[in-house]
Amino acid sequence: MDFLILNEGFKLLSVLIFLPLAGALVALLINNDDASRLWALLVTSVNAFISIFLYSNFNLETVKYQFGEHYSWIPSLDIYYTVGIDGISLLLVLLTTLIMPLCVLASWNYIQTRVKPFMICLLIMETSMLGVFCALDFVLFYILWEAMLIPMYLLIAIWGGPRKVYASIKFFLYTLAGSVMLLVAIIALYLHTGSFSIPNMMGQGYSSTFQIWVFLAFFLAFAIKVPMFPFHTWLPAAHVEAPTAGSVILASVLLKMGTYGFLRFCLPITPEATLTMMPYILWLSIAGILYGGFTALAQKDMKKLIAYSSVGHMGFVTLGIFVLNVQGIEGALLQMINHGVTTGALFLCVGMIYERTHSRELADATGIGKHMPIFVTFLAFFSLSSLAFPATNSFVGEFLILAGAFMHNKVVAACAIPGAVLAAAYMLRMLQKVIWGGVNNPTHTLTDLGTREILVLAPFLAFVFWIGLAPQPFMDVMHTSVAHLLDQVGVAQGPAVIAQVIGK
Amino acid sequence: MKLMLFAPELFMLLGSLLIFLFSLSDDDGISSRVAAIATSIGAVVLSFVSLNNNGMLFFDAYQVDLFSQLFKLMIAIGTTAVLLFSRELKGIQEKIRPEYYLFLILSSLGLMMLVSSVELISMFIALELSSFCLYVLVPMRDDQKGLRTQMESAIKYIFYGVIATGIMLFGMSYLFGLTGTTYFNELIPKLHTLASEPVAIVGIAMVLCGFFFKLAVFPFHFWVPDVYQGASNETTAFIASVPKLAAVALLIRITTLVTPQSDAIISIFVVLAVCSMFYGNLCALVQKDIKRMLGFSGIAHAGFILLGLLTMKETGYATSIYYIFGYLVMNLACFLVICNVSGQGENVTIDDLSGLHKRAPLLALTMAIGMFALAGIPPFVGFMGKFMLLTGALQAGQLTLVILAALNTAIAIYYYLSVVKVTYCNSPEGFDDVDVSLMTKTVSIGLIVAIILMGIMPAKILAIASSAVQGIL
Repeated sequence: MDFLILNEGFKLLSVLIFLPLAGALVALLINNDDASRLWALLVTSVNAFISIFLYSNFNLETVKYQFGEHYSWIPSLDIYYTVGIDGISLLLVLLTTLIMPLCVLASWNYIQTRVKPFMICLLIMETSMLGVFCALDFVLFYILWEAMLIPMYLLIAIWGGPRKVYASIKFFLYTLAGSVMLLVAIIALYLHTGSFSIPNMMGQGYSSTFQIWVFLAFFLAFAIKVPMFPFHTWLPAAHVEAPTAGSVILASVLLKMGTYGFLRFCLPITPEATLTMMPYILWLSIAGILYGGFTALAQKDMKKLIAYSSVGHMGFVTLGIFVLNVQGIEGALLQMINHGVTTGALFLCVGMIYERTHSRELADATGIGKHMPIFVTFLAFFSLSSLAFPATNSFVGEFLILAGAFMHNKVVAACAIPGAVLAAAYMLRMLQKVIWGGVNNPTHTLTDLGTREILVLAPFLAFVFWIGLAPQPFMDVMHTSVAHLLDQVGVAQGPAVIAQVIGK
Repeated sequence: MKLMLFAPELFMLLGSLLIFLFSLSDDDGISSRVAAIATSIGAVVLSFVSLNNNGMLFFDAYQVDLFSQLFKLMIAIGTTAVLLFSRELKGIQEKIRPEYYLFLILSSLGLMMLVSSVELISMFIALELSSFCLYVLVPMRDDQKGLRTQMESAIKYIFYGVIATGIMLFGMSYLFGLTGTTYFNELIPKLHTLASEPVAIVGIAMVLCGFFFKLAVFPFHFWVPDVYQGASNETTAFIASVPKLAAVALLIRITTLVTPQSDAIISIFVVLAVCSMFYGNLCALVQKDIKRMLGFSGIAHAGFILLGLLTMKETGYATSIYYIFGYLVMNLACFLVICNVSGQGENVTIDDLSGLHKRAPLLALTMAIGMFALAGIPPFVGFMGKFMLLTGALQAGQLTLVILAALNTAIAIYYYLSVVKVTYCNSPEGFDDVDVSLMTKTVSIGLIVAIILMGIMPAKILAIASSAVQGIL
């Protein structure tokens, strides 16, 4: 276990992963709506609190996986329960744990029917999401990766909007169909290396053909999850129909699993295939950026608008990953967090409008600014963050990605630039309509945000500015791991000058 | 004490005699039901106690070992579960209920004897004991609509069954002609020297046919949809799960005749597995009657089980055993819901499950978990079984087969998911509430727990299955 720093004392990661599951089991016994809300809030908050110790005890110097745990699980197949995190997964784990209590809070009034099952689904989701980011055994990873589909399916199918049946089935079928070949690839890798341990699969020097096939199997699964153009069609449907908390989880955490998969599996396990396929994926990313931007510009439904903007933003993330230099990958990692914060917050904002007007149509939300000044203040900041306005979080991420892209290839980078302009266009269009458009809209007898809602949005805003103005703590965490990852891919790198300049 | 080796079967036999006595009196089914449940529970206990017994009986035609006792235990558990959740036996007329229980117990007695048979003739007799009871159970359904579909099903079942048995007997005659013996332990060494002879391969393939029929492997599947539909829900629950256990046990025994390797038999398995999976899954996509759908899904699962057999290795056999145990549990969970949702014992269409989560939340949960498990979604047992079967098959070098099997998982999810969709998304208006007895609740929670536990902790069962297989190799 030379890749793992075992955690001798308190089993931090296991507690994080299984506490929500235990909470879900206890919630089965609760027979009161308010009590189950409070219980879910308590469990997720405790989890968020515990996860802070991950950050404070994280060792910035080592490339090994930290807080490791390693137990035998199914001996006859060499399957182990192995968990551990490095600089790539730490921020995603923190994002997940911190966002879950806010999801519970955001569903406080929105979910009125079958509250207990809803909270149980959320808690099971948290377990499987954290597990996916921490798993270092491929079987463990795959089990949690797939198991997540069930609660997410139920979240959309039971508490979703009018076309929930269509959206939920599409979501399930797409993601499942994508990952069946992943399973075959995992088994093939196991037969080559004799173990399911993810770090053991890295750097094994597989033959080129084998790498290409494995890469393609990985790519299909992860590209659907991201979703990359042209595998994105499930996303708008699922986002639009999901309840607010479901949309937030989808946007903030689930989409990151695809890009996390690229970083954790594609790059280090099949480096040669990565280099071969890189140009194609870069152009797919560009297509996604432009397509997402143009489609978002044409949307009348606010949730759809944000969903398509996600396609564009995630295109930036895959662009950053596959330019294969420090700036690109660090920018992509940061942008993953940024997208989680900003888009999650935007979905919450739309959810708050929906709770008041019962419509997601942009036309029905015009001129809200007059009635809800606090709300539109939040909305404006998040929209600016979404279009990567300087001093907000996305600026740092997008800048790094574009810097990396320019270092890699000027043509590719130049093609991505219009995406940033498009983002400004569709976001400002929405903002303009919501704040100033048509004040004579008859439906508006609106109350502004209550304390609970401000409490939900404020942490997001804090992170928008924190990452925007002082990204260094976030960059420090990932730096060692990203450099190691690039070593594994075999592209030598000079010092990351730009990343350091930005940090100061 | 040789008699003790035979204790589970003997207990079943005595129990069936008792039920026979009830059937002579004017019992309305209650006391015979109690007797049947007591018998099957007794068989569970006795099989469990005798799990580690070893010995030979009846001139060495009957072997008691871990392999046979493990299957006996599962057969007894399956029978008990069916008896427990089919509480009212709605689909059967009152006056023939004692006979129904009698034949059900006799059928599982036949299956228990089957898994212990290590001689061709006794294997044949045990198989027929179990099959003929099933042939009788199918037309016992109460003819509510006057369509006599149960008769059609029974005729189909018996015809196909007899043909399959005929082929099997023909194959046995070849084996006997080649080797001059009907005992497995003498057959094995002789067949190993003859393994490349076409006659031997034809003989073994024909014997396999009899059990392909039981397991519903393509092209011996034609009876499945009609029998599932025509038989009463309780009968189908039994036919769909318990006999398949014994079929897998015997398929393993017969395949060991050509172990370690026979390319021809492996090719047969590969072709049948691919055909079963595609045929079963594609046909299941369009079914409206849930029993028919489960029938086709069973054909697809039978194809999956062949993936374990065709590795011709100990681990492959062990995974097949694990998978069929898992299949038993998942299938019983689904049939438990069907039997309870059906008000008067009529067939249940998928739409009849509309809004089940409001009418009976626990049943809806059971159905959802059963469906997700059958579809092979983790963390349930269906996934672990599928995963291990695929690993074994890929280890045996069957890459194309593994990819086709994985594709089938993606096809299958659609119809399983449709059932979940109907139970959770459709409105319950226009459908009656479902009463669920305490017993049914207990059984369904037990099944859910079994599905999850077998899925996340397969190590123990696998180890037992492995050592069971080692004993017969």
